[in-house]
Amino acid sequence: MADKALLTMRGIDKFFPGVKALMGVDFTLRKGEIHALMGENGAGKSTLIKVLTGVYTKDAGTIELDGNDVNIRSPQDAQHAGISTVYQEITLCPNLSVAENMYIGRSDAVLQNWKKMNEGADKLLRSLDIPAQATQQLGSCSIAVQQMVAIARAVDMECKVLILDEPTSSLDEQEVQKLFKLMRELKGRGVGIIFVTHFLDQVYEVCDRITVLRDGKLVGEYEIKDLPRLQLVSKMLGKELDDLSDINTDKEGETVDRTSEPVFEAEGLSSTEGIKPFDFNIRKGEVNGFTGLLGSGRSECVRAIFGADRVVSGTVKKNGKTVKIQKPIDAMKNGIGYLPEDRKVDGIIGDLSVRENIILALQVMKGFFKPFTKAEANAFADEYIKALSIKTASADTPIKSLSGGNQQKVILARWLLTHPDYLILDEPTRGIDVGTKVDIQKLVLKLASEGMSITFISSETDEMLRTCSRLIVMRDRRVVGELTGEDLTQNKIMSTIAGGEEKNE
Amino acid sequence: MSKIYKNQIFIPMTALLILLLFNLIADPSFFKITMGLNSAGNPVLSGYLMTVLDNGSELAILAIGMTLVTAASGGQDISVGAAIAIAGSTLLRVLCGTNTRPDTLRTPIFVAFLISCLVAMAFGAFNGVLVAIFKIQPMVATLILYTAGRSIAAWINNNELPIISDPKFSYYGGFIPGIPIPTPVFIAAAMVILITLVLKFTNLGLYTQAVGINESSSRLNGLNPVFIKWLTFVILGLCVAVAALIKVSRLSSINYSVIAKDIEMDAILAVALGGNALSGGKFNMAASVIGAFVIQLLTTTLFKFNVPSDALPAYKAVVVIMLVVFSAPVVRDRMSVLFKKLSAESRKEAA
Repeated sequence: MADKALLTMRGIDKFFPGVKALMGVDFTLRKGEIHALMGENGAGKSTLIKVLTGVYTKDAGTIELDGNDVNIRSPQDAQHAGISTVYQEITLCPNLSVAENMYIGRSDAVLQNWKKMNEGADKLLRSLDIPAQATQQLGSCSIAVQQMVAIARAVDMECKVLILDEPTSSLDEQEVQKLFKLMRELKGRGVGIIFVTHFLDQVYEVCDRITVLRDGKLVGEYEIKDLPRLQLVSKMLGKELDDLSDINTDKEGETVDRTSEPVFEAEGLSSTEGIKPFDFNIRKGEVNGFTGLLGSGRSECVRAIFGADRVVSGTVKKNGKTVKIQKPIDAMKNGIGYLPEDRKVDGIIGDLSVRENIILALQVMKGFFKPFTKAEANAFADEYIKALSIKTASADTPIKSLSGGNQQKVILARWLLTHPDYLILDEPTRGIDVGTKVDIQKLVLKLASEGMSITFISSETDEMLRTCSRLIVMRDRRVVGELTGEDLTQNKIMSTIAGGEEKNE
Repeated sequence: MSKIYKNQIFIPMTALLILLLFNLIADPSFFKITMGLNSAGNPVLSGYLMTVLDNGSELAILAIGMTLVTAASGGQDISVGAAIAIAGSTLLRVLCGTNTRPDTLRTPIFVAFLISCLVAMAFGAFNGVLVAIFKIQPMVATLILYTAGRSIAAWINNNELPIISDPKFSYYGGFIPGIPIPTPVFIAAAMVILITLVLKFTNLGLYTQAVGINESSSRLNGLNPVFIKWLTFVILGLCVAVAALIKVSRLSSINYSVIAKDIEMDAILAVALGGNALSGGKFNMAASVIGAFVIQLLTTTLFKFNVPSDALPAYKAVVVIMLVVFSAPVVRDRMSVLFKKLSAESRKEAA
């Protein structure tokens, strides 16, 4: 370890009421390295980042930057010390220009030299090869470019440490590559980068070192070449696991009666969100999925099925009977559940308790004048907290204080409680840790074996191949193919998405 | 200690106790309640505390509706004062017809009250449509009625000021013969009981909070956010009509430009004093109601110490600033940290 340590955190403790979030965690970042911070949800990654950026104050431990003790008490302190953060959600102002976003809140001058500012911004954008203009409104750029602008802002503030917290979760493959190029460029300039992500592929593609946390404790720091993927997963989970291969065998046992009447059937369905009319059906105990690139219309299809967007055409049959589904409550009354893609925006009711979040859908179905008694609600909540092993201090805890994976489990519990016979899961595993991912995949297969029909959507093709017995492939808001049996391979999916030989429209 | 402190009802309760304590020290006669005879020869209880309960009634009733509107829409209705003028004017118009000095009432009071309820709820519904369907910011949407309301009220009675001589009409804002407690207290209590029952036996609370916290999620859980927001404005309309009955009955007449003036600000303040976020979401109804009485207690205390009525708002503002700062989440968090440290230290000393 001859490399010069840029940032050293030693013995960091952080306590929350009733929870030890960090216990004696060490972390070292060297100049010009990309360092992955890995761990399951709730392992303490975010807490460590927040301690470093001054959002939380540490309860014990020291932080050294460039060999000097630093005391970081607020995000401003962190910025002045040269620590910049780019979060998963863009924290810039979309209605300001790119240059304004890069310079906002950084100057003490009363007057702003706009021309100089724009020129400076353009120069930096060009040097980092970011496809944006200084005077362009930030909101008109893609999410990826917005993220890069946030990074450019950090670079311009001459940051020594750059923290990227889940920057890739809403980017497509190409955009990720562009971001990686930028990261390597910065690495070359000697910036130390802390990279927090759930995508293992990306860690192995771009990182030099990995620090693994588990249950608020340090597991270890490893060079990337010393830690094969399977080892990393088992270190994160804290046990040797063959769960991933288990699942493959589970699926062999799945039997779907292809001749039976579909549980749900749609013909010529389309919504105001611009998807081309599509046909769809699912049988009892079947798991199928929509696949395609981001923006290909996967989510819009299932939203149309659930009535989440306004349906403009098509007929829908439930168990062979024609039904009208125009709004979510119609779908719910017909035994359909829908776990939405965007957990924060469409899923959780942040300030309400875990209990209220679990009972919400069933309560709405039961009716305005028939609230559950406290005892009933508690029984439901306790049952599902246990069944899905949701980690929460109590059923009274506001859902927003749970980790992402546990929030997702609560939403899942909400829909399972309504006992749907058709459940739609749109990206149930996005942004959550490996352990929970496996749990959810297993659960999907278990539910299907008990006779529930499930539509499963994921950006990770592996996951879909593991769980689905039939894939509907989408391109440009149109269904372009359907794959079953032998055809369920990565290559076949890719070629169908790309528009290969077959076109069964 | 820190647990009690975190409880939302702690702030308005503390404010209430501090104000009472202040009065106890400054002049214990504040608590004196005497039985006397009023001008009609009926036995009545009088004293400053009775004044607080009596005059705080309208505010408490309005605070109920305002809490719901705030929770669901994340905004406030600033037209309640003007809406009270409209509802009150309607009430008088139905009771009097075109004769402004009737010897007998043209319609039973109950019927007139029902009609004024419908009118107030219709205006509430109008506000609700602007907010829920057209997505106009609640303060801006209700600014329309705030501006136009008092003119509409005057127009309903052709700009005349009817006076009702029937003593029965004065019962609602005064005393029922033989009962020494002011009627508004009973009306406010009835409204509080009513909303408590509604919150217990329906999902109004869960739905309004869910919609206020995350509208998009609520919709995907089968709720109709537009309807729920609209509904809260209609409920506020009902509260307005009840408050209007008390206000008009107190005078047996109406003054369009003065009646319930600035009451909307006090009602919003009651919600804020109750520790409810004005940006919507979670609420505590009891805290809002106590908040309303805190405001009235403050007003009455200031009157008692002979603060001139035109200087009243300035004094009130100082106290309100203190209360609001103390109930702000930032301060509450800091205080609960402080309490924890203190209790940890005292434990250390004990050990």
